[in-house]
Order: sequence, then structure tokens, then C-alpha cells
Amino acid sequence: MSGVLVVGYGPAAHRLVERLRHHGHHGPVTVLGAEPACHRPLLTSVLAGELPPEAAVPPPPPGDTRVLLGVRAVRVDRRARAVHTDDGSVHPYDTLVLATGARPDVPRLPGVPGEGVRTVRSPADVTGLADGPRSGPGGGPGGGPGGGPGAGPVAVLGGGVLGVETAFALRRAGREVTLVHPGPHPMDHLLDARAGALLAARLAEYGVRLCPGRRAVEYAPGKLTLTDGRMVGADTLLLCTGVVPDTRLARQAGLPVRRGVVVDDRLRTGDPRIHAIGDCAEHAGQVPGLLSCAWEQAETLARLLAGQRVRHRPARTVVRLRAPGTDLAVLGPPGAPGDESVTLSDPSRGRYAALTLDGDRITGGVLIGLPRAIAAVSRLHDRDLPVPAGRLALLLGSAAPGPGRVELPDDTVLCFCNNVTRAALAAAWRAGARDLPALAAATRATTGCGTCADDVRRLCETLPAAAR
Amino acid sequence: MATHCPYCALQCGTLLGREHGAVTVRPSAFPVNSGRLCQKGWTAPSVLSAPDRLRAPRVRDGDGRPRPAGWDEALDLVAERLRAVRAEHGADAVAVFGGGGLTNEKAYLLGKFARLALGTSQIDYNGRFCMSSAAAAANAAFGVDRGLPFPVTDLGAAEVILLAGANPAETMPPLMRHLDHADLVVVDPRRTRTAERAALHLQPAPGTDLALALGLLHIAVAEGHLDKEYVAERTTGFDAVWSRAAAWWPERAERVTGVPAAEQYEAVRALARARRAYVLTGRGVEQHSKGTDTAAAFVNLALALGLPGRRGSGYGTLTGQGNGQGGREHGQKTDQLPGYRSITDPEARARVAKVWGVDPGSLPGPGRSAYELLDALGTEGGPRALLVFGSNPVVSAPRAAHVTERLAALDLLVVADFVPSETAAMADVVLPVAQWAEEEGTMTSLEGRVLRRRALLPPPAGVRTDLEVLHGLAVRLGEPGHRYPTDPRAVFDELRAASAGGRADYSGITYDRLEAGEALHWPCPRTSGAPHPGTPRLFLDRFAHPDGRARFAAVDHREPAEPVTADRPLYATTGRVLAQYQSGAQTRRVPELNEAAGEVFVQVHPDTAERFGLEEGQLALVSSARGGTVARVRLDGTLRTDTVFLPFHFPGRGRANLLTRPALDPVSRMPEFKVCAVRVEPWAEPS
Repeated sequence: MSGVLVVGYGPAAHRLVERLRHHGHHGPVTVLGAEPACHRPLLTSVLAGELPPEAAVPPPPPGDTRVLLGVRAVRVDRRARAVHTDDGSVHPYDTLVLATGARPDVPRLPGVPGEGVRTVRSPADVTGLADGPRSGPGGGPGGGPGGGPGAGPVAVLGGGVLGVETAFALRRAGREVTLVHPGPHPMDHLLDARAGALLAARLAEYGVRLCPGRRAVEYAPGKLTLTDGRMVGADTLLLCTGVVPDTRLARQAGLPVRRGVVVDDRLRTGDPRIHAIGDCAEHAGQVPGLLSCAWEQAETLARLLAGQRVRHRPARTVVRLRAPGTDLAVLGPPGAPGDESVTLSDPSRGRYAALTLDGDRITGGVLIGLPRAIAAVSRLHDRDLPVPAGRLALLLGSAAPGPGRVELPDDTVLCFCNNVTRAALAAAWRAGARDLPALAAATRATTGCGTCADDVRRLCETLPAAAR
Repeated sequence: MATHCPYCALQCGTLLGREHGAVTVRPSAFPVNSGRLCQKGWTAPSVLSAPDRLRAPRVRDGDGRPRPAGWDEALDLVAERLRAVRAEHGADAVAVFGGGGLTNEKAYLLGKFARLALGTSQIDYNGRFCMSSAAAAANAAFGVDRGLPFPVTDLGAAEVILLAGANPAETMPPLMRHLDHADLVVVDPRRTRTAERAALHLQPAPGTDLALALGLLHIAVAEGHLDKEYVAERTTGFDAVWSRAAAWWPERAERVTGVPAAEQYEAVRALARARRAYVLTGRGVEQHSKGTDTAAAFVNLALALGLPGRRGSGYGTLTGQGNGQGGREHGQKTDQLPGYRSITDPEARARVAKVWGVDPGSLPGPGRSAYELLDALGTEGGPRALLVFGSNPVVSAPRAAHVTERLAALDLLVVADFVPSETAAMADVVLPVAQWAEEEGTMTSLEGRVLRRRALLPPPAGVRTDLEVLHGLAVRLGEPGHRYPTDPRAVFDELRAASAGGRADYSGITYDRLEAGEALHWPCPRTSGAPHPGTPRLFLDRFAHPDGRARFAAVDHREPAEPVTADRPLYATTGRVLAQYQSGAQTRRVPELNEAAGEVFVQVHPDTAERFGLEEGQLALVSSARGGTVARVRLDGTLRTDTVFLPFHFPGRGRANLLTRPALDPVSRMPEFKVCAVRVEPWAEPS
């Protein structure tokens, strides 16, 4: 039995092989990986010097999974059910999974690719941009000023999510950073003008120099030239200019490909023995390019291959910026339909929220500077739960106000540990217990956890007035 | 007369007296409570004179009606029927179910009675529903499990304390004075009274605490708070733990738990900045089908920050039942022998068999864990007779309706209790036993300190002590009487010998030393020279594993056993209220406590109430796949809108455990008490 052959070893492939065994799939599993797996969201932490590169490596796959690294699949022979690799070997399969991911969309630009130019796709790409990890497991210096690209200025090309996270991370690492972006503000494909202005302000506050509305025209080591003729000092140029699904193998094999490799609800391509998951796959016209989607698809496919009857139903998407101290989330697709919109705009405190609701359910939204609301709202959105009636409280992240401590009714319990009411304390006072110890002895108030002592003391002071 | 409160593991010191024939109580200066007591403690004497106190054995006749009987008749009957069951179905057809409220002496003798007099492997206890997950995690991490490996009073000097799934302001109020000085970080899906006092309250969705703990560990590493020197010198296994925690960056943990990333950062920074910090867990994070892993994940966090085994800092779990600590050390747990020894360890078996004067080969091996035991009652191959001591599983076990059915299917149910609990009400034979102020013995509190429980008055006429009951039954089953002493001091001396050399070594602790007022925390081995001073603080030099190091546990998050569905769209979580204790068998007999909290309620967010047509004060039917509970609606705007809460102390159709699901933790066999899927709807009495 040839078993499952997985091409690619990105997050989708890694999750797939782990979950295959979890769900009880017993057959042989082989992975052809050009590069070792890594947790891509941690790359900015490596970039910032917070984690050493080896900390971004996920745990090894289950022991009986064969992982062949450094081999690139070059051709699928569907008739022979085999994959040919660049080292001349041939790998047969019963089930083939294409998890070839996406490739950086490298702009056509003089000097690119070239010296000083990098992408942000693997630990190797981001090593040496910080002075060395401040901390982390293993803890050895990760690059350092000697071998790395020095401490000179960095230009980040592309103001999408990755570009913004990268710019923040570089500032945490103490680097001089310029963010060049053709749109009017960073993340303009997801953020409206008000949210975009807040994000831009936040970046500026962090010391990121912003060059919106401009493109790069040329890079030479040390400087980047922009469309308006401006020169930006850049010993390193980081390309965050997006990715394109890597569909080369699928095209070669004659499988239907649009933007990505087209798959159905069972994550099957045009050939029922061949599946595709992750950034290379197009399901229901969407190539989300989000890690959570890649993991979901891996989970579904693992269940399917383990014999469960499941179908892929994409969950709702949340884009959550990874930048400590800057809370930003985008829920659902931009322009989601709805019958109600809720907006909170508080630019002086860096807070903004715009939610679209449809029958009390969240269909889309943008939140910035509202950490509690982001957590609460994205859960409601994920689970399709109705939003609370108190919309403002939800956005401000405050719970419903508790009872105040003034003008308490007589049956209010002041000492919870001993269930002593205000009335009982007043009665004890009238019976002669005129200070805290006497009230405690008479009613047992304050003798449990002791927290009510202040309340009882205050009551003791007001009772004489009340008695007059 | 100085003794301790009969309820929780805090074991507040009390002074008992008599005034006009009635027992009075007041708090003593015992350092754990130093003059404080909660309402349960203040009112404890009234349980002694509960109007329906059991004062004579009861046996059920052919017509099914219970009638009073003499002790000889009752014990003869029990022995005869146990013999018959054993003759027909084998020794494992007789089972024993103990409790974490029993004194050390009772717990010890009960385990011995089961293994020798009954020859059964089928003994377990309600502590399985309480401490088993934390115990398993602590044993794996530290090589020994003592709830707090430091005195309670050490907490008073802490700067920051993280309380994960613990609500001591309600469950053990006098503890709060030790937590007053610290900034509290409270992890709880509910805004409890403890959470109200927190500097920071993290409010995760039920069943997601493990993801939160992983997220906190991730931050601790990424923000440079890992205590590298400590990790290198005092621990093993960090790399494997990181390879799991690496995937739990705070934004992912946020999406799974609902706890804002910013608050996760805040929590870790507070802990890391503090010079003296503690991580404490409670049932909230432990009573899950992944409770052991969740407790381990919080231990991992503490280890990464270098807290355990450092003076003034540490990890601990807040033990629940009065003798929850001692109750898990002396052999009423199915997999254990006295001294916290493993029943499968040949050396431990030989050692204990020698103390007992029997052949090691005659000792049974491990049997079923608590829920599995209850689930097997009256089934093919399961026990046909059950003896219950100090427990009320009709109310406290998960999937309570099913457990009640299983109990009803037995050939013989014997319950020793001092009040007619819901389980006693089902019994074929009820044996009335003494309670706290009527008996001598020892309890081991949450800080591993051995305490003397003292008798103020003799048991009422017609009532015997549990030790006398075990003696009486053992003799009738053909055992030599000297093996089952009825004097607690004699039992304790035997327990000391049996525990010598074990993980929980009591051999150096004597009644005389305790009478002299010594504060003795185990381990306290017997010495030939100066007496061992006991061990208030464990791990200061080394952990209890052979290599002296603590072990990180590579754990990962998994979803709760039961996801919510369109039909059952809410999580139910269960817990406690201040005025009631456990199954309520004692506290529901105290008028003042019933006045404070006398009936079951379901706490609901006002929006959730509106969504499902519920109103404050109305009765509602809460139903899960196991059954339904009728409870009064109580609105609370601080609750999560996806969660409802019910206390589990109440009987009949108000039992919260009618809902809970017995999905068991693979290691500790703890049931998933803290999360199940339910719907809630208005309920009207059928006319």
C-alpha cells in the first residue's frame, strides 16, 4: 500500500499529518517538503528578537510519518499515481495531498531579487534582523550584528497585515523602519479610512516612517527609490507584497485551477485521488490565505481520510493583527450585508469600531484599540451568537454595572460570609452594639473573609444620624 | 475545647463549649483562620442535633419499608448478605465507596477493610470527583502531591497570586485574609466574589482554560520571563512543552478562550514582575475530562517562571473536602496503598502487607475508579453490593439519574452516615455513625498539616463510630478483631507504620506531639534521634523525583467533551455557594444556611434570559442529553452570555448533576463536571 503522499510541509501539511494519526488513520504517510515546517505567525517574534528561530519550529510529526526534506516535487503522473521529485526519485501514492502553499508575489523592480532583499516566509528569512533574541528557549544568539545585515535601516514594501506586523516587530527590535505602501493607508483592503488613520497613527507612534500612496521603482543596497522620486535609506528591503497560490504542480497535472487549485466540499481536486488544502487551494471561489483556514481544511481532510463522513464548511474568518499592544481585528469579508450598523469612534483614545449586524448577528466589522471588545465580539462572530442588547457596553468591554454601595435597601446583605443584612446590623446597633467588635460579636458580620469591615464601619458611623 | 471545623479543607480552628446543654462554637487563633469563621462554621453545631439525625440502624424488610433495628441484627444481616454475594459472584462483587471527609484513621481502616476483610479491588471514593486531576498533575510534575507544598500563611506575603478556577471568597472565606495583600489574577468564566476582588479577571469560556494556560506560557517565553537558570538546573522537559505552547500565540488563545490578548499579557507581566508569586488551581480548571492536563499546564507556567520550590513563591491546589488531602493518602483510592503508595508497586505491596501481617499476594490490585465503579453497579460483571461511608453520590456524582438507577439495581446497599442523606434513603441497611464533635481522630488540611479532631461529647445513644462499624463487620466476616482497632490512636499508630518510607510519611507524627501543639506537616519520618520537625515547605532543595528535578508536561488543548449545538446552545457550569457544602447532606439541615441559600438556582445573563423567554424568579428547566434540572432563574449581568451556572448542593429534581456528563479524564478519571451543553426554557408545574 502506497498510502498518503503529501506535497509541501507548510502549516496545512504539518497539521494534516498530526491529525491523521489523531483520528486513527493507520496507513503510511509520506511528506515531500522543500523546506522544514515552521509556525509562520511566530516569524515576526523571531524578527523582533523575542524568540530564537528554532522556537518557531513545530513539534516533529508522529513517529511513523516519513518526512523527506529538501526535495521538490516537479511532476505528478496521475496515471501511474506517482510524484517525481527534483532529485530523480519517484513516490507512488494512493491519495495525494497538494499542500504546496503560496509563493511571495515578488514585484518586478530593478534590484529585486538581489542583495539585501528578503521575504518573510521562513525562519532563515528573518534571522539576524534583530540584535539577537532577548530571551526564549534554547536562547543562543540568533544571528547578531556580525553575520546579519547589520543594524541599518529597513524598508518594508507592502502595507498588508504581514507588512504592518513586520514593521511593528522591527521597531520592537530597535530598527529604523520605513513602510512603503501604494494604498492611502496600511491595510486599506480591509480597513476603512477612519480605522486606517488610527492604524497609521499607531505605527507613527511606534516610530515607523510611513510612505503611503507610493510604490518602489528601484532598489540598490542602502536605498530604495519611490515613485515620487524620494529615496528611503534601506540596508534591507523586506518584501511583504503578498503571495500567490503555488499551483504549478496542479497545472502540470492538468487539474482545474483558477486562482488556486479548485477543490470541492471533500477538498478533492478534479482527480478524486488528489486533494488540495491550505494556501494553494480554492474552495467555493475563495483562497483565504489565513492560517486558521489552512488548519481547518487540514482537520477536515484528516477526518475524511480517516474514514469520517464530514464536509468542509469554512468557518467565519477573523483577521487579528499580531502586534503586542496594538489590538486590531477585522471580522468577516469587507462589505458584509446587514440591517444594522454600530459605530464607535473615539480617535483621541485610538479607539474605533464599526460592526455590521444582521438580525442581531455580526456579519462583519472592524475593531481597533478595543482589546476586550475584540475578544468578545470575535467569539460572538465565530459562533454566530446574538450580540448583547447593550451594544455600547459590548464595544467598551464593560460588564453591566453592579449595584452601587449607596442608599442600600435594608435587606441588602453586607456580610456575605455570614449572611448579615443591613437591617440586622442596625438592629444590633439599636440593641447596644455601638462599634465594630461589638457588631461582629452580635451578628458575626466581618468574621468570615473580613472584606465587609469597611462597609460595616461606615454603617456604624451613619447609624447614629439615622437613629435621630 | 480546641478542634477544627467539620467542613472544608481549610480546617479552621474552633473552640467548642457547652451552654445550657447546647454546643457553642467560636473561632480560635489557629493561624489559618485566626479568629475568623464563615457561616457554615458558626452554625456547624446544629448538625449535631439535626432533628432527623440517625440514631438507630435501619434495615429494609421484605416489604421494602425501612424499620429500626438493633446493631447486632443490622451488622449480622450485612455480613451475611456480603458473604452470600461474595460466595456467588466473587470478592469483586462487593464494593466500597469512601469520602474525602473521613478522618485519616477511617480512610486508612476502610482501605484495609476492603482489601483484607472483603478481599475486593473495588474501592474508590468521592475525592476522585474532587482532587484527582490536580493530584495526578502534581505527582507527575513534582514526584509528590501535597495540595499546598507550603503553609497557607506564606500566601500573605505574596505580591501576585493567580487563582485558576478557584473561588475561595465563597468556598473558604477565611482564606481571603491571606490573599488580601496580593494582587489577584482570577481565571473564571464567572465574575465570582473572588473575581470581584481581583486586580485582573480573565473570563475564559468554559472548557478553554488549558488553551489560556498555554497562551500565558507562550507570552512568558516571548516576553523574556522564562527563568532560564531555574529551568536548566531544576527541571526537565521544557523543550517538548515549548513545542506545544509555541502554537498558542496570544491572539490564537484569545480566539479560543475569549480572553483578550492584552489581558493575557497583563497577567503574565504581573506574575513575572512580582518578587513573590503563586499559581493556585481549583476545581474550576480541574473538573474536566482534560483536568490533569489543565492543572499540568498551570504547573508548567509556574515552573517556567521559576516559582515552585522557591521560598515565598510556588504552585498549589486548593483542596476541597475537609480531609481531601489525608483522604487521598491512606488507601481508600483504588490504585493506592497507605503512605500514598501505588498498589501496583511490588515493594509497596510487600511493605504494607508486612504491616498488616498478610501475604502480599493476597492484596487485590487496582479496581474501578469512582464513576466507573458507580456505573458498573448491578451490571453483568459489576459489583452487586456496595458499602458507602461519608459520601452521597445520588447528589454528587455526574449523570446523577443514571447513578441513582445503578444504586437501585444493587442486591445490597449499605450506607453509614449520621443523617438520612439521599443515598442513605435508598439503602437496604443504614448504619448511624458519629460525627465531628463526637469523635477523636486526625485530619490533614490543605497545607499538609496533620490536625487533631477532638470529641466534645459522646455520640448519641444508638450511634457508633465508623471504626466500630468496620470492626464489627470485619469480625463477622471472619477477620481477627485486633486487625481493626476501634481506638483512633491505635489506628493512627498503625497508619504511621504503614506510611513509613512512603511519599506521605506520617511515621514521626504522634498524638502526643499533636497534643503538645506542634505544627507538623508531612513528610515527617520517624527518627532515632531528635524528632523530625515535619516539612512545612517542600521542594526548597529538590523535587521528589529521583533526579531531584521537576518535570514539565507536554500538554495541548482539546475541546470540551460536549460541544454546544443548535438544540443545546449554552454551556452549563456547576459549582458551589457559600452557605452550602458539597451534596448539602449536612448544611441543608441548618435553618440559617437554608435561609441564605435554600434552593437551587440557575444563573443566567439577562440577554440570554430574554433570548429564551426566562424571567427573574421563574422556574426554568435546564436540560442536557442526560436529563433535566428544575431551577429558579437568577439574572446576572456579569455572566457570559453563552454560559449558565448552577450550584450542585441540592437534591431531587434540583440536582445539577442530573445534567453533567461523565466524560472521564484519561489519567485521573475525573468526570467533566464543569462544562456540558444545555438548553434552558421556562418550566411550569404540570397540573
